[in-house]
Amino acid sequence: MQFSGFRILKEGLAGNRGWKPHWRKPDPKPDYDMLIIGGGGHGLATAYYLAKNHGLTNIAVLEKGYLGGGNIGRNTTIVRANYFLPGNSEFYSHSLKLWEGLEDELNYNVMHSQRGLINLFHSDGQRDAFARRGNAMLAQGDDAILLDREGVRAILPYLDFEQARFPIYGGLYHKRGGTARHDAVAWGYARGADQRGVDLIENCEVTGISVESGRVTGVSTTRGEIRARKVGIVTAGRTSQVAAMAGLRLPIESHILQAFVTEGLKPCIDHVISFGMGHFYISQSDKGGLVFGGDLDFYPSYAARGNLPGVEQVMEAGMALMPMIGRAKVLRSWGGIMDMTPDGSPIIDRTPIEGLYLDAGWCYGGFKAVPASGWCMAHLMATDQPHPVARRYRLDRFATGHLLDEEGKGSQHNLH
Amino acid sequence: MYLPCPCCGWRDMREFTCIGAADYCDRPEADAPPEAWDNYLHLRDNPAGPARDLWYHAPCGTWLEVARDTVTHAVTGSTAVEEAG
Ligand SMILES: Cc1cc2nc3c(=O)[nH]c(=O)nc-3n(C[C@H](O)[C@H](O)[C@H](O)COP(=O)(O)OP(=O)(O)OC[C@H]3O[C@@H](n4cnc5c(N)ncnc54)[C@H](O)[C@@H]3O)c2cc1C
Ligand SMILES: [Zn+2]
Repeated sequence: MQFSGFRILKEGLAGNRGWKPHWRKPDPKPDYDMLIIGGGGHGLATAYYLAKNHGLTNIAVLEKGYLGGGNIGRNTTIVRANYFLPGNSEFYSHSLKLWEGLEDELNYNVMHSQRGLINLFHSDGQRDAFARRGNAMLAQGDDAILLDREGVRAILPYLDFEQARFPIYGGLYHKRGGTARHDAVAWGYARGADQRGVDLIENCEVTGISVESGRVTGVSTTRGEIRARKVGIVTAGRTSQVAAMAGLRLPIESHILQAFVTEGLKPCIDHVISFGMGHFYISQSDKGGLVFGGDLDFYPSYAARGNLPGVEQVMEAGMALMPMIGRAKVLRSWGGIMDMTPDGSPIIDRTPIEGLYLDAGWCYGGFKAVPASGWCMAHLMATDQPHPVARRYRLDRFATGHLLDEEGKGSQHNLH
Repeated sequence: MYLPCPCCGWRDMREFTCIGAADYCDRPEADAPPEAWDNYLHLRDNPAGPARDLWYHAPCGTWLEVARDTVTHAVTGSTAVEEAG
């Protein structure tokens, strides 16, 4: 089923009775060339590009719940390419370019909205750091504009410019940054993969990984044994448990990140704004809700809900930055489980087990990465070579010291 | 969430900082091979369920190892971490 203007008109006239489910619900076959564990954004994108770019269609995605029920449907949808370090810079640049063509590519409205992202800064030192980051973004071929205080005031007049603790000195404006509809990204990749013959198998939890003489041979699931030559672990917050089924101990600690949405309001916040000093960021959804969040709760957790101190911290930071939101009523808050690495950057790599691959460690920034991660993980699984833009996302980089510490904080589990 | 400090009793989690899994207590010998250091600094079991992690109670300066369930957030006990010898 494809979408088109004509189709929508026709269905509209015929009472919308002709729409069909977007993907099949196949039973698992006993044998596949490749299996992807995890039907989130990254797993579905990997399956899509394996089929599309590499012509591999005898593959299945195994999802323990329903497609898109994990972090892909829980994030705050920010898409940007404002990274600084070689290794991250080219990867997120590639991802943003894929985002810019994604709706045509998938024939699916992912509501990608390049409304512009402004990262505020509050001191001379921070200004220098952001100027340097902006130069790195320009050198990568992406866009960045350094705004002074009046430049920020011109586009975000409602911020509190009198605030004494973190006075607003200016902002780094990334015009191609913005948001997208998170569910639609999962659904678009799912439909595209399904149309090319990939089996998307829901309610199928992987409970074991079979390894014979150092080589993966398949998996056990709640829907039976499935054999495969290659298996990719793409399970975000649950990566440590799944990797442990193959005897691996990973540089990952799972943490909780909360997010919040208010009642629907008339359009008032036109950009994505991030206030790093207060650990707060915000945008407005197309339905009108203010979508915002802050930092991790900062203790290992698998509960998809957070604690009150995290809520207070986010609310206080929001009020310090833009007092005008104080009267908006918060409708919902929720949490997601983040696969945090010691340096805050992801892993797309082979594992010590032949035929077993890992795409994980996306921390709190893996939504924007979905297209490039799928692209690079598919490349890795199909060719056994790292894709050039993901070659630094190595599993052994913590042991060898080739860290990707974007924030310059150090390589330790409680720092990112 | 409240945590039991061996020194101060049950206190609000706002008074504590979590450093991560209690693996940080098992520091290898200085001449241990690099793999031991990688294991100590970076690799984690990251359990979903009962876990032991390290917290610091700022008001009294005690480091504590807390027994906690990472799925339910239930806290079952804690012990003070002894000074490294
Ligand atoms: C509150 C919040 C805000 C965020 N905001 C942003 C943002 O603004 N921008 C951004 O770029 N990123 C953001 N992120 C991060 C982003 O959402 C994640 O990094 C990303 O979605 C993780 O990859 P995924 O989509 O594949 O994960 P998921 O959707 O979680 O997919 C993993 C899947 O694996 C399945 N699974 C697990 N174990 C098994 C098993 N044993 N067998 C079978 N299946 C299994 C799970 O059920 C799940 O569906 C945010 C995250 C949260 C929680
Ligand atoms: Zn105490």
